[in-house]
Amino acid sequence: MSAFLTIDNVSRLFGPKLNTGEKIAVKLGGKVETRSVRAVSDVTLSVSKGETLGLVGESGCGKSTLGRLIAGILPPSSGTVTIEGVPVMSNGKKVTTRVQTVFQDPFASLDPRMKVGETVAEGPIAHGLTTRANSKAYVAEWFERVGLDPVWVDRYPHQFSGGQRQRIAIARALAMQPDLLICDEPVASLDVSIQAQIINLFLELTKRLNLTCVFISHDLSVVQHVSDRVAVMYLGRIVELGPVAQVFGHPAHPYTAALFGSVPKLVLDADELVHFDTIAGEVPSPLSPPAGCYYHPRCPLASSGCRTAPPPTTPVSDVRSVACYHSDQQLDRAKRS
Amino acid sequence: MTVPALSVQGLTTHFFTRAGVVKAVDGVSFDLAQGEIMGLVGESGSGKTVTGFSLLGLVDPPGRIVEGSIKLNGTELTTLSGSALRARRGREISMIFQDPIATLNPLLTIGQQMQLAIAAHERLGKRAALARCTELLTQVGIPSAEARLRAYPHEFSGGMRQRVAIAIALLHRPAVLVADEPTTALDVSIQAQILLQMRELAAETGTAMIWISHDLAVVSSLATKLAVMYAGKIVEQGPTAALLRDPRHPYTAGLIASLPAMTTPGTPLTQIRGTTPSLLSLPPGCPFAPRCDKQTEACVQKPAMTLDGPRGWRCFHPVGQTAGAPT
Repeated sequence: MSAFLTIDNVSRLFGPKLNTGEKIAVKLGGKVETRSVRAVSDVTLSVSKGETLGLVGESGCGKSTLGRLIAGILPPSSGTVTIEGVPVMSNGKKVTTRVQTVFQDPFASLDPRMKVGETVAEGPIAHGLTTRANSKAYVAEWFERVGLDPVWVDRYPHQFSGGQRQRIAIARALAMQPDLLICDEPVASLDVSIQAQIINLFLELTKRLNLTCVFISHDLSVVQHVSDRVAVMYLGRIVELGPVAQVFGHPAHPYTAALFGSVPKLVLDADELVHFDTIAGEVPSPLSPPAGCYYHPRCPLASSGCRTAPPPTTPVSDVRSVACYHSDQQLDRAKRS
Repeated sequence: MTVPALSVQGLTTHFFTRAGVVKAVDGVSFDLAQGEIMGLVGESGSGKTVTGFSLLGLVDPPGRIVEGSIKLNGTELTTLSGSALRARRGREISMIFQDPIATLNPLLTIGQQMQLAIAAHERLGKRAALARCTELLTQVGIPSAEARLRAYPHEFSGGMRQRVAIAIALLHRPAVLVADEPTTALDVSIQAQILLQMRELAAETGTAMIWISHDLAVVSSLATKLAVMYAGKIVEQGPTAALLRDPRHPYTAGLIASLPAMTTPGTPLTQIRGTTPSLLSLPPGCPFAPRCDKQTEACVQKPAMTLDGPRGWRCFHPVGQTAGAPT
């Protein structure tokens, strides 16, 4: 398995903005209390060519931040992101067009004052993928590939429905001819009947264009459907990583198990209301995460060891890894149920 | 049979806009028994939220209930005066919304807001009022409730804020609670906690609930009966298990089939083609016809509700009986 995308020990901190006085104090060697949030904490991952990696977790777990670090929108505080050995960012600037992003909200991500054809053409013209003279035909081609009528290029975003706008956003990303596509909750804001259309388009295009993809979503069933492997995040750390069927079928981390257990499922052959498990408590504040394993206050398997040192990432098999001291116990539970 | 907690007949709410009449709710009928939870499912623009607002008389101009009857414990609500309706709203019928940040007053403590809600309908001593508040906060699962009464909304997490909103809605033990996507903005682990709690509360207090959601899986884990809305109409209704196992309306069948869980991972999903129609220019007959695979000439007529025991559907070509349970 040759690594296409390599994320090496990446962290990202968000600290408060310092005012002028505080900046001077820091320059002079003074101590200013700065509490920063580790949104992404020591993440190491690799994705091979043509693979789709799902990234799941609850809000605030750092999945979108990790997506932005991979896409070169945010510089990492430490660590590197490389595509085939070439860094995505250098000196805080994105230096590649090989990675493009599709965002959650197609109402916010398209410029309302630009014709959609211009929006799609802007990047490819700027980067020499097409010329201004040829851009009409170039855009029309991409419109057709995402299932839009090319005569619509002169319309404005408000003239489209949510699903159509998301198709435009996909066309804009793909017109840059990327190798790597970051999808940050691309179907979360769409209606159920439209979601299926966009997911099908995504499956078809990634296969046809041999795209590598990082698919971020809080919706486990969508991730399960589109991904080859999945990474489960909790408070900035990846707690479990592996092939989708194995991770969701037999979770090795108690959090994965609990997350999967709390999703309401449509069970068609039940005559009574479906029982589902709940996780006790809430996600702790990332400003003051608990010591040791971040999940221990909510974990049914927590022992004293979990409270002192964070568990290291250990392999479960040659394709799976987990960060938990009690993964054997959890796997036993998963196999029994 | 006893009088249902809520009986809605032919409810029709139109919005008279400059662009034309928007038939947001168009002849909606259902009954809700005491302690029963009904799921109202539909996509955006299907009229599910406007139905909820209509029940509480919260539709603002240019919208207006033009027809139909809403009977709450036998009392007709649509003909009530503003003040008579206000006396019932919040006491006999109440509502919780999607966004608890927008529904709570950021300048008042939770305790103050809850006391205001009590004082709106009842004269109760301060000590008794506080005791009631504490009791309800505990009931919806807020730890150390008495201390939390002095906290402001911003001091609560999203899930806790929604619990507070639920507690306020239940202060007067209403007969009916309308819940408009209350867990959509919450994380799955918090959503599961709240769904479970609501199930218990409905059984405990006898409050009937209408749970509005776009998510079939969420309502199916909560509601004993379902109503599916499309373009202002209920297109299918019935007991949850039967309706999901054996949907009759092609739209319901399409919604269920399009869920990722219904298809082998990696393979194309079953999709409903096209988009939801604009309520300003609905097709003349069945509103779903342009997207429907079973469409025929008959569909230029408006299909009436076909009733079969507890079930009903608006379709000339209902989906046939599926053989046994799906695999």
